[in-house]
Amino acid sequence: MSEAADTGQVDMHAANIKIFKFQDMVFHKITLLFALIVLAALVGILASLAMEAAPAFKTFGLSFLWSNVWSVPDDEFGALIAIYGTVVTSVIALLIAVPVSFGIALFLTEACPTWLRRPLGTAIELLAGVPSIIYGIWGLFIFAPLFAKYVQPYLQQAFGDVPVLGGLVAGPPIGVGILAASIVLSLMVIPFIASVMRDVFETVPPVLKESAYGVGCTTWEVVWNIVLPYTRVGVIGGIMLGLGRALGETMAVTFVIGNANRIRGSLFAPGNSIASVLANEFGEADPGLHISSLFALGLVLFLITFIVLAISRWLIHRGTRKQGS
Amino acid sequence: MNLYTRRLLINRLGIGLSMLAMVFGLVALMWILWILFSKGFSAFSWDFFTQDTPAPGTAGGGLRNAIVGSVMIIGVTTLVSTPIGILAGIYLAEFGTTSKFAATTRFVTDIMLSAPSIVIGLFVYALMVVTLGGFSGWSGSVALSLIAIPVVVRTTENMLRLVPASLREAAFAIGAPHWRVSLSITLRAVKAGVVTGVLLAIARVTGETAPLLFTALNNQFFSTDMSQPMGNLPVVIFQFAMSPYDNWVQLAWGGALLIALLVLGINIGARFLFRQKDKI
Repeated sequence: MSEAADTGQVDMHAANIKIFKFQDMVFHKITLLFALIVLAALVGILASLAMEAAPAFKTFGLSFLWSNVWSVPDDEFGALIAIYGTVVTSVIALLIAVPVSFGIALFLTEACPTWLRRPLGTAIELLAGVPSIIYGIWGLFIFAPLFAKYVQPYLQQAFGDVPVLGGLVAGPPIGVGILAASIVLSLMVIPFIASVMRDVFETVPPVLKESAYGVGCTTWEVVWNIVLPYTRVGVIGGIMLGLGRALGETMAVTFVIGNANRIRGSLFAPGNSIASVLANEFGEADPGLHISSLFALGLVLFLITFIVLAISRWLIHRGTRKQGS
Repeated sequence: MNLYTRRLLINRLGIGLSMLAMVFGLVALMWILWILFSKGFSAFSWDFFTQDTPAPGTAGGGLRNAIVGSVMIIGVTTLVSTPIGILAGIYLAEFGTTSKFAATTRFVTDIMLSAPSIVIGLFVYALMVVTLGGFSGWSGSVALSLIAIPVVVRTTENMLRLVPASLREAAFAIGAPHWRVSLSITLRAVKAGVVTGVLLAIARVTGETAPLLFTALNNQFFSTDMSQPMGNLPVVIFQFAMSPYDNWVQLAWGGALLIALLVLGINIGARFLFRQKDKI
């Protein structure tokens, strides 16, 4: 009798385990399916952009990438103007943002009183949360007029007669243009780069820094000779992350870049970036070559940012993994 | 100048400059917020919330249709992206510690976190607007979901990884099946963290403009029909700020302030929520 009860219980357990196994299998497959959605999105983006961009590449060939004509009436399109604007604004933005972000990260990790660390860090992270359209509207109505009135004339006075720099600051000081867009863009990426730098600075083992302080190094020497070499990889990763953000930024740039489809040598001149061309023209574009060329621009932008972000992720990963080893 | 004074001077200069950088960042934040308040607050009025966007050249008007449209689009986005993001995050944390597929997914999620949002707009345009024959609120929600999902996935996974192994092992030891452990034990343990992730995702998409330009488009009139073009705050701000009409620009500032308050509010709220949980 008791034996029968035992086997009954064992059978019941076995049945339960079978049910559990089945449930686990279903659970595994369901979560797997949702993880697949993320991958499918990426593949879908690449495939759909490539498909829609195909007519443009068929018509203009690969020279689409370096042709500097963008003319809607003539149905002639080339990507160079937009690529130029995108790259130049992003690079100038980084030239401004990298030193400032380094300063912020240095201050937050080494020079700041402990009780101030958290609120100041939060403030910088909030700056990262401000939507880009806010930067755009601020840049257009507040920053650009001030820039035209108080900064551009002086830059022209100072550098106007210098051979190369003179060309960079030529043209009417109207505020909006490549340089204004770069500055607004730099404000946008500073929080991203600064947060990554702060995080990788914090991975430096205290023992390293303490030994340096112990032999009498100043704070600056510790940061420059110990922290920075130790975190080099992660810092570069952070900079690449900022670059990836800057390349793809739409609204902040569209408001202040001036939207002119020309390449001028001057940084004061209005220009266009890939994202701003898309934002301005896509809504009113006629089906056919124009739309297709815009998709081709989107594809170029996606590929460039993809590569930059992939490198950045790899570097940041390497930079923060050191912590354990 | 001897060596020590020089080293001291360099140190002072370096630290001084880093303080300057910090001040620069704070001043930028304050300046932008102050401008937003001073320009936008005067736009807030009864009409601002109860009138629809005005036609070109007509006085007055408000942003009712845009506010309602934004709330609906973001509401659907939240409903779509929360379950997808959480389940994908569970997969990465529970089943994806070693597999190649999980590593690839993690990589792609990280890329999508920073991918240009305007390209996602293009994708959804090709996927939905072309095939369904027109701009719609639904396609706007899909575009925003593609931006929100990676945020939820990453925070969920990171939170789940923080759960102590002993807690899971205790659950396994009393014979709970795997799905039970991950849903009733680990996921519950990090509830606050996951909610934080969802909130951050909402904050992230609230201000997104670029993906809505080619998907939800805009609608001058009040509409709750998600299968039609839909008014929404970011696109209205974009169009009105670029317009020559003073009252439009004024409304754009009001809209910008409203969005900034929402986004900053959600961000601060999410932090507060997470820190509360931290203390326990």
